[in-house]
Amino acid sequence: MTGLSATPETIAPPRFEPALMRRKLTGTLFYGACLAAIGILIVALLALLLNVLIVGLPWLDVDFITSMPSRRPTQAGILPALVGSIQLAIIVGLITFPVGIGAALYLAEYAPDSRVTRLLQTNISNLAGVPSIIYGIFGLAIFVRLLGLGPVLFSGAATLALVILPLVIIASIEVIKAVPQAQREGAYALGASRWQMVRSSVLPAAAPGIMTGIILAMARAIGEAAPLVVVGAAAFVTSLPQPLSGSFTVLPIQVFNWAQRPQADFQGIAAAAIIVILVLVFILNLLALVVRARLSRHIQW
Amino acid sequence: MIAAPPTIRIMTSDRRAVNAPADAAPVIELRDVSCFYGSFRAVRNVDLKIAPQRITALIGPSGCGKSTLIRTINRMNDLVPSFRAEGTVLLDGQDLFAREVDPVAVRRRVGMVFQKPNPFPKSIWENVAFGPKINGFKGDLDELVERSLRRAALWDDVKDKLKQSGMALSGGQQQRLCIARTIAIDPEVILMDEPCSALDPRSTRQIEELMVELKRDYTIVIVTHNMQQAARASDTTVFLTMGEDRAGYVVEQGETVSIFTNPQNQLTEDYVSGRFG
Amino acid sequence: MAAGQIQLTRRRPWSERIIEALLFAAASLGVLTTIGIVVLLTYQTVQFFQIVNLIDFLTGTVWSASIEPYKFGVLALVSGTLLVATIAMIIGTPLGLLSAILLSEYSSNRVRNIVKPVLETIAGIPTIVLGFFAINFLSPDVLKPIFGDDIGIFSALAGGIVVGILITPLIASISEDAMRAVPRGLREGAYAMGATKFEVVRKVVLPAAVSGVMASIVLAMSRAVGETMAVVLAVGTRPQLTFNPLESVQTMTAFIVQITQGETSQGSVQFLSLFAVAMVLFVITFALNLASAWIVRRYRTAY
Repeated sequence: MTGLSATPETIAPPRFEPALMRRKLTGTLFYGACLAAIGILIVALLALLLNVLIVGLPWLDVDFITSMPSRRPTQAGILPALVGSIQLAIIVGLITFPVGIGAALYLAEYAPDSRVTRLLQTNISNLAGVPSIIYGIFGLAIFVRLLGLGPVLFSGAATLALVILPLVIIASIEVIKAVPQAQREGAYALGASRWQMVRSSVLPAAAPGIMTGIILAMARAIGEAAPLVVVGAAAFVTSLPQPLSGSFTVLPIQVFNWAQRPQADFQGIAAAAIIVILVLVFILNLLALVVRARLSRHIQW
Repeated sequence: MIAAPPTIRIMTSDRRAVNAPADAAPVIELRDVSCFYGSFRAVRNVDLKIAPQRITALIGPSGCGKSTLIRTINRMNDLVPSFRAEGTVLLDGQDLFAREVDPVAVRRRVGMVFQKPNPFPKSIWENVAFGPKINGFKGDLDELVERSLRRAALWDDVKDKLKQSGMALSGGQQQRLCIARTIAIDPEVILMDEPCSALDPRSTRQIEELMVELKRDYTIVIVTHNMQQAARASDTTVFLTMGEDRAGYVVEQGETVSIFTNPQNQLTEDYVSGRFG
Repeated sequence: MAAGQIQLTRRRPWSERIIEALLFAAASLGVLTTIGIVVLLTYQTVQFFQIVNLIDFLTGTVWSASIEPYKFGVLALVSGTLLVATIAMIIGTPLGLLSAILLSEYSSNRVRNIVKPVLETIAGIPTIVLGFFAINFLSPDVLKPIFGDDIGIFSALAGGIVVGILITPLIASISEDAMRAVPRGLREGAYAMGATKFEVVRKVVLPAAVSGVMASIVLAMSRAVGETMAVVLAVGTRPQLTFNPLESVQTMTAFIVQITQGETSQGSVQFLSLFAVAMVLFVITFALNLASAWIVRRYRTAY
């Protein structure tokens, strides 16, 4: 081991100029920049909300919610769009629930560690990054044309389900993987088969997280418009939508249609419809929180 | 144990005494220091004097606040939001907790080596040069890096691979790298928080030999669980234990030989003879 | 066989197998969708290139699908998309990174309770709302006063700004995760040598988290390229190759919306052009997503 030499060394002391003040100042400026960034975001968010509220609130009344759309803004309403959005959310939820949980369960519990499995997983990650409008094109070709359903609500719902499925699957897999191994082993040790174990140990524990994920995905679906435009949501619908027949519309499409017109009145009802969308999204987010809180009360690892 | 006759040498810091007789003024002094995490008192009423150019070992059972104590000295505990210290900590007579004292400045003069070696995921050269660069070093950086690596007994191992990642080294080498980068900024005191507990016996011995070399220029305070290590390597030993209120306190301190062969306090004797801890 | 012996062998009941098969089917839906998308786009794109020359399509800078003479130079649309996406990145990257650093390094309860809800709210806003904000407020009341006659009601800048806000939460959350993953020991080592907090962030944490941060930026770029509703309202329908952010342009996504909204007959070259544009969009976003995953694998700092 190299040590110091035995003779005394004369080493000049190393010179340091720590410049503490300057360095601290730089640090404070940086912190200020971080605060400024969040400040900008807060200002933008507030501006957006205020803009929508100021323009839209005057137009928001019971008539607005319960009327059909009309060429005259003062008489226009969002009833078909609102009903359409709600129906859409429900159907999307119903489709996503079994398929999403099923796929997540397979990948998290059943799939062996093989190339096929990795392929499936990579595939789902890739699908999560595909722009939603491309799903719209796919939905147009498959549900509307190939399966002959036509541009009906169900086609739109099925398309949107495809959009949010990758996200639901990825989130559900994480929730399932978070269930401690001890739970599974307990069931196996009693002689349970794989499905029995999953049903008794994994699903109840993962349920709150999965439900939360699905509800949040439904909130996302309520706000989506691009795929539905492609699938053929109509711009002007004067009857309540039926899932499998007739033209349909949803709130974002109605907003899109009205917002494109420069007249202040149309901007007003567009903003009013936006408020309704935001309220629905807010309710769903709240629901997700409540679901998570209540159902996971019993779960303590 | 009397120190060898002091050799005349120009010290690497103008604040240090040219000689270091055995009864020189303490470089670090703790007066009635208590440490709190929130409302929990971790360390109680500690009085401590650390003599310059000696190795002082803090020993005691786990949980009695040894790490908390040394992290208070270099103000690392400032990073813990609930931490609070009472009492006085003096470095060369200067109160380290005075309002105008900047922890960043303290840490340049009081260095620390951690239990788990933590080199940066950068090259070996960058690891050693990190401290000097941020502290505004004026001079030949390559020369300083080489000098620091030599004094940490690492130069021969790495002189051909300075550009390699510091994390590619073995555990013992990584710890010596951490020592090298600490001495590159020329601190007065080096605090070591169980530096060998994650290392194999051979690396441990190398680090202990290194410590004995380094004490000629630096004051070293080491926290260790390993009593044999304290007995082998240190000049002064401080024994702490945990009281009933779960706060650590100093039981006894003195020359290492006395602590181990002739302890004054029964608790000390019980600990060093292995009856508890 | 003695009377009390337990039957230890048992064939897996077919109910188990059915369940596993069903679950496998659900998981395979993903692969089917991907194959479906690729097949569909390829098939229609090939049909499109029976009519329009491939080279002209890929290198042409004029796009005029509905007005004669028909020209299908996709660069006009791609440049529109890239212009908007670039502006979005210029805005979103600093905002997202600084927010992430705030959350990961300067995190106190007060900070977290403000920053996290703000980011999550922005992430939850439907993109159509951002598009409305752009044309109802941002363009007329903010950009017009600043730029006067140089800017109209539609501009790449307006679209870029709102998309920038949109992608900020994405960059922030992935970057924050990457920074949080840097072990505490590395930070402590730097502090112990007398580094200031900013120096620890700049010289230790960010370099160690760089692969995650870069991946988040590439993912955000992909998101910005694929964004539809916010840009379709804000940016306009004038496909042109320009680098001037004050101009109105048309993005690939906006064109797709335009064609499907109108009365284009199936089989017409306009309709087929939709698939060709969608193919380009798909390839670009897919490549960006792959790049993002590759960055994480290749540049992950070992610590």
